[in-house]
Amino acid sequence: MDSKVLLRKKQTNNVKNRRKQIGWLFIAPFAIFFTFVYILPIIYSIYISLFQNKLIGGEVFVGLNNYKELMADEKFWDGVKRVFTYTVIQVPVMLILSMILALALDSLRLYGTKFVRIVSFLPYGVPAIVSTLMWGFMLGTKYGLFKSINKALGTNFNPFAPQWTLVSIAVMATWIYAGYNMLIFYSSLKSVSSDLYEAAQIDGANGMKIVWYIKMPALRGSLVVTIIFSIIGSFQLFNEPQILSKMVSNSGITNYYTPNMYVYNLAFTGSQQGYAAALAIVMAVITIVIAYIVQIRGLRDTMNER
Amino acid sequence: MKANNKQTLYTITNPRKSNLMTFFAFLFCLYSLLPYVWLFINATKTQRDFASTFGLSFGSRFALWENIVSVFTYHDGIFIRWLMNSVFYTVVSTVVSTLLAALAGYALAKLHFRGKNIVLLIILGSISVPGIALAIPQFLLFSKMGITNTPWAVLIPSFVSPFGVYLMWIFSAQSVPTGLLEAAEIDGAGPWRTFFQISLPLLAPALVTVFLFAFVSVWNNFFLPLVMLKDTNLYPLTLGLYQWNLMGSSAGGSGEMIQNLVLTGALLTIIPLIIAFLSLQKYWQSGLSLGAEKG
Repeated sequence: MDSKVLLRKKQTNNVKNRRKQIGWLFIAPFAIFFTFVYILPIIYSIYISLFQNKLIGGEVFVGLNNYKELMADEKFWDGVKRVFTYTVIQVPVMLILSMILALALDSLRLYGTKFVRIVSFLPYGVPAIVSTLMWGFMLGTKYGLFKSINKALGTNFNPFAPQWTLVSIAVMATWIYAGYNMLIFYSSLKSVSSDLYEAAQIDGANGMKIVWYIKMPALRGSLVVTIIFSIIGSFQLFNEPQILSKMVSNSGITNYYTPNMYVYNLAFTGSQQGYAAALAIVMAVITIVIAYIVQIRGLRDTMNER
Repeated sequence: MKANNKQTLYTITNPRKSNLMTFFAFLFCLYSLLPYVWLFINATKTQRDFASTFGLSFGSRFALWENIVSVFTYHDGIFIRWLMNSVFYTVVSTVVSTLLAALAGYALAKLHFRGKNIVLLIILGSISVPGIALAIPQFLLFSKMGITNTPWAVLIPSFVSPFGVYLMWIFSAQSVPTGLLEAAEIDGAGPWRTFFQISLPLLAPALVTVFLFAFVSVWNNFFLPLVMLKDTNLYPLTLGLYQWNLMGSSAGGSGEMIQNLVLTGALLTIIPLIIAFLSLQKYWQSGLSLGAEKG
């Protein structure tokens, strides 16, 4: 009898174990590729960041020298300061604009709600090369609207003069992502139960009060998501300035204009891969730390639900 | 607005329309639409008109058709090659990445296995890893394996979409009832059969959403092919347009001005996306709303 019980126990254990393993089988295909294009490259990146390419001797182990050098590299800090300034201004302006639009759409007080929704989301699907080409040519003083405007008004404004280039890039980025973020906010607002509004109305709450006490709290979760993705995106600023630098002359875009441009130029035109890897790692750490600070709350809530 | 709501009284669920708010919303629409209008108008111009006439008025001649023909025949039809490359890269990697994401996201939401929370944390964390931090070591590893400057170099990294897994994880948790899975197990269905016959049909709308997001990100990808590909015959459209634009740019190039072709090519590049957007709106909406709810 003992052996029978044991056998049964063993069998149920086997079934349980198989059930435990099956999850891994589902994940395996993704995990294999993930390891190959995420984990290995990150490990390899850390490894090569400890080497320098010397004219004599080739790849030489230099320990943490690349990182030390980086801390004193003015070109690096110049780029970091620029994307930081850019992020601090562009992200709030864009998100506030998106939020106002979402609230306006959700208030049902607009004509053509559907039209506004579709039109503002369309730019999200436009590749960076096309959006930069359009905006670059359209705003430019050589072929674009400012050629005509300057001529008509006798002014001499150039949206791609060094002091304005970053603003023009912000106009392009806002164009791409404002509608996308607006739809995220709009979806959150749509999920608010209409009973809540009716109850508020019975209690005599007016429009602004409803916005403040019902709608704004409903936007909190999506605000966390949009802030994180916007910060990650703007810290990685690369496509627009890279393409613009080849389109417009004297725009003030150097090859270290943003950290990503600096990394790209160091690695692929200067063949200083070790130093570039160190730079990319530092930027990744900064980005992840900031993303996590914003994320901690949202992530904890999600984990608790499961 | 509810269908049975026939009252003339304005309420919160049926408020009076505001002209002022509509006006500002349409200003924003103008901002959104202006570049397309500009692009379309300028794709109809000859190179000479592009350089000399006002940006928002048509040129002396309506040359759109002529430009389209030139785009497709320039340099022995290299644009068609780029178009085919873009279609190939996008379709293959989007199908693969959606499938991988569906399996992984489903497992994370509905199956039990050791180390699940760690896997989940790693995948969520990897969403915030900047692409460029990966691109250099990926390039170096791929070049050691001899696959840079081949389609594999663009395809393999696009197979992996942590954001897709994240979406599938949330979708699976919401739209696949655990009770149904337990019932299937009691009836003797294995986990694979349960997945393909019960869960996957429930996840169909989610698959479309994840597919769309992956499609746009691969179709629009610029940085990865820029790093990985040298041979212009392997370029996707984005990189091809970049190269055409370089040719006529003021900052270094052969000096041959083909901006009319660049702009017409740009117009042709975004038309498939605009169609996909307009026809599949409801899937975008559901992806965005789930992404928003669960941050």
